[in-house]
Amino acid sequence: MNHIAPGARAGIYHYDEIDRQFVAERVEQFRKQVERRLAGELTEEEFKPVRLMNGLYLQLHAYMLRIAVPYGVMSAVQLRKLSDIGRKYDKGYGHFTTRQNLQYNWIRLEDTPAILHELAEVDMHALQTSGNCVRNVTTDPFVGAARDEVVDGRVYAEILRQWTTMHPEFTYLPRKFKIAISGAASDRAAVRIHDVGLLARRNDKGEPGFSFYVGGGLGRSPFVGKLVREWVAQEDFVAYLEAILRVYNQYGRRDNIYKARIKILVHELGLEKFTQEVEEEFARLRGPKYRLDPEIVEGIRGHFAPPPFEELPDHSDALERAKAADPAFANWLAVNVAEHKAPGYAIATVSLKPAGGIPGDATCEQMDLVADLAERYSFGELRVTHVQNLVLAHVKKDDLYDLWKRLDAAELGSANAGLIGDIIACPGLDYCALANARSIPLAQAISARFADPVRQRTIGELGIKISGCINACGHHHVGAIGILGVDKKGTEYYQITVGGDPTLTTAIGDILGPAVTETETVDAIEAIVDVYLANRAGEGERFIDTLARVGHAPFKERIYAAD
Amino acid sequence: MKAITANRLRDGEVVFLGEGGRWVESFAEAALFARAEADGVLAAAKETAERERFGVDIYAFEVVEQDGVPVPATMRERIRTAGPTVRTDLGKQAA
Repeated sequence: MNHIAPGARAGIYHYDEIDRQFVAERVEQFRKQVERRLAGELTEEEFKPVRLMNGLYLQLHAYMLRIAVPYGVMSAVQLRKLSDIGRKYDKGYGHFTTRQNLQYNWIRLEDTPAILHELAEVDMHALQTSGNCVRNVTTDPFVGAARDEVVDGRVYAEILRQWTTMHPEFTYLPRKFKIAISGAASDRAAVRIHDVGLLARRNDKGEPGFSFYVGGGLGRSPFVGKLVREWVAQEDFVAYLEAILRVYNQYGRRDNIYKARIKILVHELGLEKFTQEVEEEFARLRGPKYRLDPEIVEGIRGHFAPPPFEELPDHSDALERAKAADPAFANWLAVNVAEHKAPGYAIATVSLKPAGGIPGDATCEQMDLVADLAERYSFGELRVTHVQNLVLAHVKKDDLYDLWKRLDAAELGSANAGLIGDIIACPGLDYCALANARSIPLAQAISARFADPVRQRTIGELGIKISGCINACGHHHVGAIGILGVDKKGTEYYQITVGGDPTLTTAIGDILGPAVTETETVDAIEAIVDVYLANRAGEGERFIDTLARVGHAPFKERIYAAD
Repeated sequence: MKAITANRLRDGEVVFLGEGGRWVESFAEAALFARAEADGVLAAAKETAERERFGVDIYAFEVVEQDGVPVPATMRERIRTAGPTVRTDLGKQAA
């Protein structure tokens, strides 16, 4: 195998020989399982859990393969491999998901072992992207670069990846288990809508530690994660999480799939009793066996050492000149570029949401281009965001204009990060076997309606999130405007919610009124925006703040007045 | 009326039960069954498909007549027979 050379690139975890042997053995194991299935030695009933453990689902049109992008961080080499696979085994594109993963929609079962083998060549796999296990741990896409970062979430996400991968005790949990980590002042990882959300921070002595939120999640029963422990020291990080998983494994319901997530356990047991159980288990586990050795942490931190930043002034004359000369670039700069902790550098969000486009889809040509740009401008690494965009985290301010021109030429330069055009949409009924309604056409219609970048900036921060069914893969519950597709006697309808918030001040949106048809939905969204603009107290007041101040009534009245 | 569908085991392609128990890739060639008859045909098709390792996720779906042409009754099945509505260059509709 032609593996990524260890140490070749900063910011990426490189497998050691144990990792490589493990993944290679799993690929060969699956290859034999596929052969046995095709030879009739395994029934579908026997084979289905095996293929799911390798990330292979059966969806509407074909098999769908979900590839893990650990904590959303990957190298240009890895992205180029994802592009190669999309071209060779799929239909020339891939879909980036809210779990910071990548999905292919048109995979052949008989090709899957070969695909997994190719992924292993670049230290990637599809393990634990399905099934009742600990899924891909997600984190802040600005990790290691953000000016407001206090703790590097990648280090702890990687520790969890190693600790939980094929952990025998956590392979058959009551249900899937999702963990998110944020180490910055701003929550860009939506930690409180995960089964466990970790807020990494430092105490008065500068030591790293964690606040644990438990029992958040969307879906049929949305809950905001509750604070179970304000401070867990780094050395107890694994022990405390293990205690939570053990309590869940013991008490989580296995008799009813709709009540099996940890959010239901926390709700039914009550926070006090749940916390007591966790603390008792933690007291039993705490000690040398589960102590997180600082040397291990430092060893892993070494993989995420900062890239070799140049010593630069924070001000860039080249940037200022380009900004003055090109208003479209200036707009992108204001919307898609964030402050970097290193002077003279910036964080650039690459939008996968062109007006009228499919959120999260990237063609193989686009993936190749982003890989090239990552190598040229961002030390050869990039990130996937939970809002289905990509991020080049370490771009010199001097290079931003060149970067944007190349992105824009490939329909990747939309200036809409965090604005109304930056829509999360699940694959919906166009691809997903579980969906009740389509999501993508609505996202396309809404983003086309609000295509004008000036209008988008006038509206300001406003997240629209669309799910095609109650499972809420499109995070509609936490959209400032959420849209849920429902089926009414064979016709697609859409229920609108308002007031959701995915940040640390997490809120579940409220249903505005009866569901409306597909064609009515886009007009309804525009009506909501109009009411907001007419009622906001100055340009600085965000949609959710205006909503909180004026209530639902004016919005309802505008949409449902004719009913 | 009902038609019977599956995904082909080897590559996941959407297939339909055609005349004479033959599996076909196009809905236009799918056999249509009266409701009373469909359950029995479905059970037999499942048994054969598993034995022959041909198809998975086999089920019957409702078909209605539109402008004199049989079409799947639900959006879900219309999408399966054609391809994603958002990418008409993909799926069977692209052929």
